[in-house]
Amino acid sequence: MGNKQTIFTTQQLDAYQDCTYFTRKEILRLFYRYRDLAPQLVPLDYTNHPDVKLPYELIGSMPELKDNPFRQRIAEVFSEDGEGNMTLDDFLDMFSVLSEMAPRDLKAYYAFKIYDLEKTLNKLTRNELTEDEVRMVCEKVMDEADLDNDGRLSLEDFQHMIVRAPDFLSTFHIRI
Amino acid sequence: MPRRGAAKSDDVEVEIDDDNVSDSDDGATQKRANRKQAGGRGGARGRGRGKKPASDDDEEEDEAPRGRRGANNRRPAKKRGGGKNDDDDESEDEGPKKKKGGAANKKKGGKAQDSDEEDSDAGKGKKGKKGGGKKGGKEEEDSKGKKGDAKGKDKGKDKDDDKKKKKKKDDSSSDSNSNSDEEEDSMSEGEMARLMEEVEEKKKLIAIIRNKPWRMKRRLVLLKEAQQFVDKFEGALGKGKGRKWYAYKVMMTKKWIKFQRDFENFRTACIPWERKIKEVESHFGSSVASYFIFLRWMYGMNLVLFGLTFGLVVIPEVLMGLPYGSIPRKTVPRAEQDTAQDYSVLMDFNGYCKYSVLFYGYYNDQRTVGLLKFRLPLSYLLVGIGTFGYSLMLVIRTMAKNADVGGGDGEEGEFTFAWKMFTSWDYLIGNAETADNKYASITTSFKESIVDEQENQKDENIHLRRFLRVLANFLITCSLGGSGYLIYFVVKRSQEFANRDDLSWYEKNELEIIMSLLGLVCPPLFETIAELEDYHPRIALKWQLGRIFALFLGNLYTFLFALFDEVNSKLDEEEVIKNQTIWAMKEYYANFSRLNNDTEATPPPMNPADVIRGPCWETAVGIEFVKLTVSDIQVTYLTILIGDFARAVIVRFLNYCWCWDLEAGFPSYGEFDISGNVLGLVFNQGMIWMGAFYAPGLVGINVLRLLSSMYYQCWAVMATNVPHERVFKASKSNNFYMGLLLLILFLSLLPVVYTIMTLPPSFDCGPFSGRAKMFDVIMETIELDLPAFIGTVFSYAANPGLIIPAVLLMVLAIYYLNSVSKAYQNSNMELKKKMQMARDEEKNRRNNKDSTNQVMQDLEDLLPNRSLAPPAPPEPEKKPEPEAKPTKTKSGSAGKGVNLQKDVALASPNPNAQGPVSRPPGPRGPGQMPGPGPGGGRGRGRGPPPR
Repeated sequence: MGNKQTIFTTQQLDAYQDCTYFTRKEILRLFYRYRDLAPQLVPLDYTNHPDVKLPYELIGSMPELKDNPFRQRIAEVFSEDGEGNMTLDDFLDMFSVLSEMAPRDLKAYYAFKIYDLEKTLNKLTRNELTEDEVRMVCEKVMDEADLDNDGRLSLEDFQHMIVRAPDFLSTFHIRI
Repeated sequence: MPRRGAAKSDDVEVEIDDDNVSDSDDGATQKRANRKQAGGRGGARGRGRGKKPASDDDEEEDEAPRGRRGANNRRPAKKRGGGKNDDDDESEDEGPKKKKGGAANKKKGGKAQDSDEEDSDAGKGKKGKKGGGKKGGKEEEDSKGKKGDAKGKDKGKDKDDDKKKKKKKDDSSSDSNSNSDEEEDSMSEGEMARLMEEVEEKKKLIAIIRNKPWRMKRRLVLLKEAQQFVDKFEGALGKGKGRKWYAYKVMMTKKWIKFQRDFENFRTACIPWERKIKEVESHFGSSVASYFIFLRWMYGMNLVLFGLTFGLVVIPEVLMGLPYGSIPRKTVPRAEQDTAQDYSVLMDFNGYCKYSVLFYGYYNDQRTVGLLKFRLPLSYLLVGIGTFGYSLMLVIRTMAKNADVGGGDGEEGEFTFAWKMFTSWDYLIGNAETADNKYASITTSFKESIVDEQENQKDENIHLRRFLRVLANFLITCSLGGSGYLIYFVVKRSQEFANRDDLSWYEKNELEIIMSLLGLVCPPLFETIAELEDYHPRIALKWQLGRIFALFLGNLYTFLFALFDEVNSKLDEEEVIKNQTIWAMKEYYANFSRLNNDTEATPPPMNPADVIRGPCWETAVGIEFVKLTVSDIQVTYLTILIGDFARAVIVRFLNYCWCWDLEAGFPSYGEFDISGNVLGLVFNQGMIWMGAFYAPGLVGINVLRLLSSMYYQCWAVMATNVPHERVFKASKSNNFYMGLLLLILFLSLLPVVYTIMTLPPSFDCGPFSGRAKMFDVIMETIELDLPAFIGTVFSYAANPGLIIPAVLLMVLAIYYLNSVSKAYQNSNMELKKKMQMARDEEKNRRNNKDSTNQVMQDLEDLLPNRSLAPPAPPEPEKKPEPEAKPTKTKSGSAGKGVNLQKDVALASPNPNAQGPVSRPPGPRGPGQMPGPGPGGGRGRGRGPPPR
């Protein structure tokens, strides 16, 4: 399999393959995508773990994300500093979770982190609903999904709900 | 077991892992470490802990919370504390040696290590003992270090540690290596088992680490640790004779994993068009993309079929069979030779095409061809059957896999809003226009369901809608019947035409033209009619698919029956010709001997072009299918070119000088017709399956078609179509496509199997000529090529006495499995109900129950000895029942809901089911223990619209 790439060592690639749902080729492709966002910032040699972060503005402008109303939240959730600035690891992490292979529970876990009720709704509808409607929908959602009825949507509630959704798997993924 | 109790979520468990890992790496806490490691988690751990002295326990307690607090920091922290200290004092006396050993180990890498282990073990045993003497002191130091360091760790330090890690790990690993060796001497069976368990656990962690919702960095670190741990201890396991075997096994497992990964890499590299599909997906949402994914899947399947047919049938015949012109079936007859190369003739697949390797008739009935004695007729039959077998297997496997993936049997209506909220955004969308449409459609759907919710039962005019739906279905049935009759009529006419020669081009191709036209006109017609029904687009799509499917199916089967008529007439004709040929042969010989006046001389063989030959119905059928396929391709491509491309061009450029806005107004741009395209593909595949047996070249044509259509349609959709106005998700329609495909496969299997099993093959063409039935080839092979006993076995196996019990057994198995699955379903329902009840119970308890549950309260009021419950206005006894009903009907928006609630209401009085749920202390007093049971059940009915 003599590949001439010198970006990662074989061990690194293997480790990444163990930790993500990607194959070697996809990891490299993702790396190039990452690098294309800011060629001047990202070195072509990752064998010694350079500490590079891309700001959210760059991540959010990826074609995969730029039309996504949740891009800011996604970037925040997956970035280590919580502000949307991503290292390559975070970047791989993000697309690994959003990849087709990722299991439902993992996706649900991150979806839980990404979504929050009111903002989600407003983003989805571009603030076209009236306040009353928003409140009502939120109430309904709580009513439906809050299984233990503690007034909050816990991770278990959320997973219980989302795992049953027929569309969740097919929509909560980004093809790279 | 305080930690165990808390260890519910993954995270906490992880922390425990952390502890173990770091402990094991920590050369310092050796003795204890071993116990701890071995303890692992769960029961084993409990045992390990039990033996420990109290002081240890204290330390443990100390560590545990810290471990939880500093998830990431903890390990490196320890590393530092432990590792450094180790370095300091251990390297003084035995450092060099050890480092050497460790380095050696490392260099050879993970894989080599276990084999390494053995020899290094021997040497290290002593070292370990030496180190062991120091343990006490070290332990102290170490724990100090830990305590100190763990507090003040930050991320910056982590990084430094990361860099140093390798070096340290070498040290520490060698440490614990030696350590483990020392212990191994005294290792009891139980410890061994625990260690083994631990290793297994680590392995499991490695396997599933990608499923853990951790940060990548942490995952990487943990992975490395786990791998090293496994490397270290794996080899140490197993004793005496078992060890080598164990090491070997471990090595092979590793190799196997590596191979699997490489293979996986290779396989994904082989999947084509990923980017193209992605592009389409981002513009049109996942529903359009699902068509292309389906197309790609079909392409893959056809590629395999193509490989089978060409590799085992076509190429052997071409390479090893007799060449063209050697025998009658491989030669164009004299009468046709003049026109055999005309374009129009070739386009009809007559002339040279007909007598080519593309069709059944060309194949010779030689039992074996070539040096290798390749049994071509047998191979032909087996490939024909194998095509179906493979397709069936593949379709069913894919369906099963899809069904597995598709989320739980999400009952509609349980989480309407929640799902809308959290799963309606399609993450694949990467195009502003589509995103706009998506926003709009989401908003609309929210508004719709809000309205629905607000006026739950106020159906604006259900009668009108019902009437419209009935009307629509009536219209569609009419048009289906009409199209069926039209085809029947055309088929009849074409049989008349068959006896005439002076046919115009239209008359010759009438059937194909009519069928294509129907396929072109009817789907849009259905779509227009479907507007009346006003379904959700996803449901509408299914209806549409079903209707077009019915149309195509009708057409196809009419066509097939016509074909059977033709075949039967050809069979009759053949009888006559067969006699003629024999007669002609005799005539030829007689003439020859008479002309030469020499009865002894053997006449030269007749020119193959002059031999009288039968109609060869198999080739005729093959030609029909090929023609149909080709015309289908043409129509599809032309439709795209005219219907989409020309329209787009006109709309785009005439818009500058037109009196209304073409883009927004009437013609506008076309939308991608998912249902039509999918069905076209499915039916095309049905043709291929049916025709492939009679025209091996058809598979090749189909592969070309799919390949070109991938590019062509990708281009067309990107260039000329606009996203659907109401972008909707594909959901599980993938399996719907597969279901259609399976149906078609089955339907196309029938005629082919029928012809193979019942019709006699033509006497002078094809690989089975001269045999009474096609499957006689198999009998022949069994008799001639296989040893005798196999023949006997076969004859026994084919005995009805054996087959009938086998069939019976299968039926029984199906019945049993079916009932088992039903039972599971039932218990599933039960559980769901229970959960729902528990949930409502909880709800009622938490909220002030007065407000939430009227009915339950009423019931409670009826109970004596209400001591703690707040007083409620006393109600007349009869009250609850009448009230329960209206609430029930009101709350459920769907009929299903109502049913379910009734069930629950019936089931709920069972005190056993309710007991454990209702018991936990709540505001309700102990005096009314029996109350909650029925109350909960009623609560379901009332539940402020629970769904």
